[in-house]
Amino acid sequence: MINLKDIMETVNMIRQDNLDIRTITMGISLLDCADSDAKASCDKIYEKMTRLAGNLVKTGQDIESEYGIPIINKRISVTPIAMVAAASGGDPVMFAKTLQRVADSTGVNFIGGYSALVHKGFSAGDLRLINSIPEALDVTTNICSSVNIGSTKAGINMDAVKIMGKVIKEAAVRTADRDCIGCAKLVVFCNAPEDNPFMAGAFHGVGEPDCVINVGVSGPGVVHSALKRCPDGDLGQVAETIKKTAFKITRMGQLVGSEASKRLGVPFGIVDLSLAPTPAVGDSVARILEEMGLEHCGTHGTTAALALLNDAVKKGGVMASSSVGGLSGAFIPVSEDEGMIEAVRTGNLHLEKLEAMTAVCSVGLDMIAIPGDTPEEVISAIIADEAAIGMVNSKTTAVRVIPAVNKKAGEELNFGGLLGSAPIMSVNLESSPKRFIDRAGKIPAPMQSLKN
Amino acid sequence: MKKTVISVIGKDSVGIISKISATAAEYNVNIIDITQSVLQDMFCMVMLTDIGGLSCSFSEFSNKLQALGKELNLEIHVMHEDIFNSMHRI
Repeated sequence: MINLKDIMETVNMIRQDNLDIRTITMGISLLDCADSDAKASCDKIYEKMTRLAGNLVKTGQDIESEYGIPIINKRISVTPIAMVAAASGGDPVMFAKTLQRVADSTGVNFIGGYSALVHKGFSAGDLRLINSIPEALDVTTNICSSVNIGSTKAGINMDAVKIMGKVIKEAAVRTADRDCIGCAKLVVFCNAPEDNPFMAGAFHGVGEPDCVINVGVSGPGVVHSALKRCPDGDLGQVAETIKKTAFKITRMGQLVGSEASKRLGVPFGIVDLSLAPTPAVGDSVARILEEMGLEHCGTHGTTAALALLNDAVKKGGVMASSSVGGLSGAFIPVSEDEGMIEAVRTGNLHLEKLEAMTAVCSVGLDMIAIPGDTPEEVISAIIADEAAIGMVNSKTTAVRVIPAVNKKAGEELNFGGLLGSAPIMSVNLESSPKRFIDRAGKIPAPMQSLKN
Repeated sequence: MKKTVISVIGKDSVGIISKISATAAEYNVNIIDITQSVLQDMFCMVMLTDIGGLSCSFSEFSNKLQALGKELNLEIHVMHEDIFNSMHRI
């Protein structure tokens, strides 16, 4: 029999330290649902998705109950809708409404994939979809959207960056009565992964199988507790403790993923090795950094501490899983992390520091509320900066900022649930990047040698 | 054989094992092994059981034990053995 201490460790991770499986995400290819008639295409989408994902929520709940591990979200990601809608040239919003119907009938929490991949340029349907994003996010509740505007191989599509500044502002205005929630469901990527199970950026890449199960684990609370038991160790011991903990967390993800895949008769894709925080106390990435010895998250040393954490999570997780992918790393979404929220409120964490932190972890400037009067070219410039970090460092970066309409720095937005609440952060408006953004065009792909 | 671990955490009192075993027997659950100890001032008991012949649904059995836990002021969790195997054994 397994020893008592091990059993109690697992039980305590779940009951005290908020260990959970953050999401089981079923990826579904919609390429075979393209049709010259938009209505027919939507019908095919509805039929295929409800057929494949009809049992997803029930299966998740069964596993949850048998294994005693909470599975917070059951989600679906689909082929970027811009590709599917291009075949008919129909109104992309109709596709968003179809996805919403699927979400309602299957009971999943979110469907991701109202997306376009435009890192090298726009193909048929891409621009139409991008321009429809504010409306689609306004008329649906459970649909997430993403746009990939850059990659290490292609460079950055600055035409798309310019448009996304405007799209984000519009999405905020259209959902201003709901705390600008539209922008919380919209993410702009550089080097977007094709098998990411996490929202808002999940979509089902074209190189993926027809249907696949991906799993995202969580567990900042578990890492935090483990570090509390090692208050005087040097940083080598800190890294070692994180590695061991990440291994255990990931094994749980691997088990749940393979079990879900077996029960649903769908191949198992990847485990996303992530530390995904929630607004609950005891489930914060910022608090891990503080446990390492920083007085507050955001002070000098934060980037180094985060680099250590991110690397150790990956090293521990890789051995625990047969297949790793997605975003894999520590997340730092401000509104979804109790410690980050406090660090912003107390003036310890600023946008510039967050940008530096994104250079060493997944994913990017995530869930950050900015003043509603931030000009669209400044939002575009924030996206360009973040994409440049991703492009040059061959990593995924993303921007999910929420312009808080009619609100100023220091006020707050409240989304509720896992999305949390966001203190509005001040943005540098002393000088304007307008002329740079208005130039548009492309930033060429970077050198892959002579790396310094 | 389908192995499940029943873990119990809380304040020690008279008759815990007897009440839990009675519920197990009621639903045709066979007890394979029992260990108990006091960890960090808490009474901890772990029962390894075979639920192959379970006479009701898994969630019904699990809910029943959790209700019993509430009554006795204990935390009772019923979890598949695989979760511990995968986490603690390479």
